[in-house]
Amino acid sequence: MNKPLLEVRGLSKRFAIGSRFSSEGRRIVHAVDNVSLTVERGETLGLVGESGCGKSTLGRSIVRLYDLTGGQLLFDGQDIGTRSLKALRPLRPRMQMVFQDPSASLNPRRRVGDLVAEPLRLHTRMSRAEIRARVAELFKLVGLLPDQIERYPHEFSGGQRQRVGIARAIALNPDLVVLDEPVSALDVSVQAQIVNLLADLQEKLGLTYIFIAHDLSVVRQVSSRIAVMYLGSIVEEGPAEALMAAPAHPYSQALISAVPVVTTDTGGTRRQRILLAGDVPSPLAPPSGCRFHPRCPVAQDRCRTERPELRPHGPGRRVACHFPVTEPG
Amino acid sequence: MILSVRDLTVTFRTEEGPVRAIDGVSFDVAEGEILGVVGESGSGKTVSLLAVMGLITDPNATIGGSIRYRGKELVGLPARALRKLRGAEIAMIFQDPMTALTPVYTIGWQIAEQIRAHQKISARAAMDRAEELLAEVNFPNPREALSRYPHQLSGGMRQRAVIAMALSCNPALLVADEPTTALDVTVQAGILDLVRRLRDRHGSAVVFITHDMGVVSELADRVMVMYAGRIVEKGARSELFGDPLHPYTRALMGSIPPLTGTRPRRLPAIPGSPPSLLRLPQGCSFAPRCPVRFEACEARPALPAGARAAACFRVEEVQP
Repeated sequence: MNKPLLEVRGLSKRFAIGSRFSSEGRRIVHAVDNVSLTVERGETLGLVGESGCGKSTLGRSIVRLYDLTGGQLLFDGQDIGTRSLKALRPLRPRMQMVFQDPSASLNPRRRVGDLVAEPLRLHTRMSRAEIRARVAELFKLVGLLPDQIERYPHEFSGGQRQRVGIARAIALNPDLVVLDEPVSALDVSVQAQIVNLLADLQEKLGLTYIFIAHDLSVVRQVSSRIAVMYLGSIVEEGPAEALMAAPAHPYSQALISAVPVVTTDTGGTRRQRILLAGDVPSPLAPPSGCRFHPRCPVAQDRCRTERPELRPHGPGRRVACHFPVTEPG
Repeated sequence: MILSVRDLTVTFRTEEGPVRAIDGVSFDVAEGEILGVVGESGSGKTVSLLAVMGLITDPNATIGGSIRYRGKELVGLPARALRKLRGAEIAMIFQDPMTALTPVYTIGWQIAEQIRAHQKISARAAMDRAEELLAEVNFPNPREALSRYPHQLSGGMRQRAVIAMALSCNPALLVADEPTTALDVTVQAGILDLVRRLRDRHGSAVVFITHDMGVVSELADRVMVMYAGRIVEKGARSELFGDPLHPYTRALMGSIPPLTGTRPRRLPAIPGSPPSLLRLPQGCSFAPRCPVRFEACEARPALPAGARAAACFRVEEVQP
């Protein structure tokens, strides 16, 4: 078997917030706490979790938009976790990112063709004519029309702007694309188009995706594997369909049960929903033991003191829970 | 009927010409029922309810048609009379709870103020009532929450505080505009539960606006689907989701990836994007994206009267 495209070992990212002159002083947020995962070539890893769980921070750390606080990052076998930005540059074309809000990531004062051409100008020695041809090719690839190359971002709809963002991300033939909530800002009818486009591009170009989103049905649709995060750590990981069908961690179970789905059942036969008590605790003061225990419906004494590790739980699955809600299998 | 809207139109004068944001919308809300309004951006779901609340103050806006609340015409009612109704009988909650909260006063102060604006009671009594309300919307420690400022609360708790405010005068009608869109699903589940309980306990009618078909399906008794400023389909929840009539409703339901079962290789997506209200097609607004359009769609299909209907020429006969 080939070596994985990406290996993350014990990655941590901490941020210092507040001023040392404020009443609370400087405090440390453990945004990502000792995360390990592997991404194989050509697969899509879905990262899900609620706001503040660290999924975006993890995605950004993986492409080294942030400096890591700790841990190792192996990209195609090379340790990139501690490389200087300069030493990273040759690898940059191979890992790209697509952001949630296409209007915030596209400079409104530049033509979209120019925006898509920028990575080509920065990272290749292509001539102007070659760049023009490549931009035209990319526009076709993402389903935009050639006569739209000269337009400005505001002349596009949200879905088209996201296509521009995608064209720019794939311009340099990357291996890995980290997609951070790429369809969340789009209308439902447009979401499906972009989801399909991403699947097509993956097949055509052999891309590897890390797909970060809070919408579980979208993540299930696009991912080969899913990792569920809670307060900076992965609580469960496994093949997309198997995990969604039978979550082993009580948090994944509650999360999946909370998704409203279209049904025609009447009130009494609605899906059983697990309502979690309280809010996600502040990552400034995470609970002791298992970080989910204050809200967990099946927590026991052990959970309050001993933090569960992410352990194998059936084929291809891992769960960080002392008392998983399903049998491994 | 607690609310009867007939031929509502809202037109905005813009530099690029008039924009008809709402084009002949009629609907009723019965006492104690939850009406779900689904639509994408620009469908007019928010504007139509802002019009109902008399909250469109833009001088470039023209509102036509009739809006009756318990038989009383609201269109053209003086602002003072409207203000008496809003808050006391009709309450509204929005997507962003901070639009309804001021950052400079405590939660308790803000709820008490709302109560005293409509009822003659002492400040002390109003504060006690505020505490009761916070308990009712499941604040873990309502007494302590009274002295909190909005920035000290999470998004879900802020939305609960706003709901507590909306409930303060036992409104007969609650209008909720995407109140859970900015929230996480586990928090959303709690808020939806709350809205359902309100109706069950206080008998309030609820108009719930959202883009999320799943939310509507779990909450509403009746549903109306809007597209480009018009209602394209309406019906009881189980009918509408069990047997959608309008091609748009069908396509929209089809484009949501399933949470269980087999994954389709490709999602059945709707081509194009919702039309700009400045350049609406002549006939049916959905025709350019519609998989079953034919010659008749050059004209505009009307929405038949009755509880179950769709504005589409392909739908020949609809059972009442």
